[in-house]
Amino acid sequence: MAETLVKEQKVAQVPKVSEPIFGQKERKLLLDPLTDNNPITVQVLGVCSALAVTSLVAPSVVMAIAVTAVTALSSLVTSMVRNYIPKSVRMIAQLVIVAVLVTIVELVLKAYNFTIYKQLSVYIGLIITNCIVMGRLEAFAMANKPWRSFIDGIGNGLGYGAILIVVGIIRELLGKGTLVGVPIIGASNEQVSYFINTAAESGFGSFFSWYANNNLMVLPTAAMFIVAIMIWIQRSRSPKLIDIS
Amino acid sequence: MELVNIFIKSAFIENLILSYFLGMCSFLAVSKSVKTAFGLGLAVIFVLGITMPINWLIDHYLLGEGGLLGRDLTFLRLILFIAVIAAMVQLVEMVVEKVSPPLYNSLGIFLPLITVNCAILGGSLFMVAREYTFGEALSFGLGGGFGWFLAIVALAAIREKMRYSQVPAPLRGLGMAFILTGLMGIAFMSLLGIDPAAFAAK
Repeated sequence: MAETLVKEQKVAQVPKVSEPIFGQKERKLLLDPLTDNNPITVQVLGVCSALAVTSLVAPSVVMAIAVTAVTALSSLVTSMVRNYIPKSVRMIAQLVIVAVLVTIVELVLKAYNFTIYKQLSVYIGLIITNCIVMGRLEAFAMANKPWRSFIDGIGNGLGYGAILIVVGIIRELLGKGTLVGVPIIGASNEQVSYFINTAAESGFGSFFSWYANNNLMVLPTAAMFIVAIMIWIQRSRSPKLIDIS
Repeated sequence: MELVNIFIKSAFIENLILSYFLGMCSFLAVSKSVKTAFGLGLAVIFVLGITMPINWLIDHYLLGEGGLLGRDLTFLRLILFIAVIAAMVQLVEMVVEKVSPPLYNSLGIFLPLITVNCAILGGSLFMVAREYTFGEALSFGLGGGFGWFLAIVALAAIREKMRYSQVPAPLRGLGMAFILTGLMGIAFMSLLGIDPAAFAAK
């Protein structure tokens, strides 16, 4: 009696294919790119525009948001029309979808924040050829359902954004002594020296005043070293990522 | 003379890879052996040299307000540029296959990859941002391509030698490529001192 009940329950459960909207798989899709499947440090996608915009924090954040939006939406759209795209023209079809989205992002940014738009200059347009977008479309969105592709796009955008923002913070802090324009360290700023003088009287914080801005950090090459160090740290922590070749 | 200046400047001082990080994806992925790097580099010179003047013509005679359509259509720039690049890459591929099969065989796999190489689209966008003339655009395209070629061949040569040195395991491969690119960037920056007066104008 009990056995038949169990059997009935099993039978009843099998045809039920509807999965939870945000289950284990979606969670994995969203969080994996932040760590072990990071687009920049592991997949080596989208390094192109990632490093050049990170000399300040603000443009890095804007870039991260823009790329996340474009990746997520283009994955969604591509996945929706994936069955209607002939294989021979899929590259161009994908490029057109991405180009339309990037144009929208560019116009929105131009309208609402012209300063940052100027700072990012051509790199906003270059989201089109950002390998993350195309890579995710080819590797994921062409073979998966829209919702899951959307999550995958957001996850990869966030993974990319996280690296961008961390590099931006390090470079702005060490290169200019500021964070999002607010002076933090270095003796060259009046506010900071005031803070340090008062803090020194209370016997705290005087170790910042010696800091002179490191001009290397302002140069684009600094981003390469920072990413290399991040790769080093990440791979020492999880040895399965180590390059064998 | 101006054109030579632009060529040298875009090839060495404002190198597309080492100071703008354009085309990093294929730069890091294809720089494992000198031979393939050489092929990809040649293909990039080729495509940059062709798409740049074409995009210039499109930008000036089709999209501008004084163009054939008489309307300001610059918001279509990104879409048209990428379409031109994709089409040109396809065309170049077909022409090369017909005219010179040996070259096609050596470039073969890399030609389609170039469509999504940031250096190509980035070059076109820089051309618009800096308001080059037709000749300058052509010179910038060839110079930028040449600089890209030099950088990828140099990195590939260093990486081939790196195989015999003892790099810490977590840094092997990708991490080392990043550090090498950074060091090469600094080295190229020293070329800034060639002739400051010649480059001070812009």
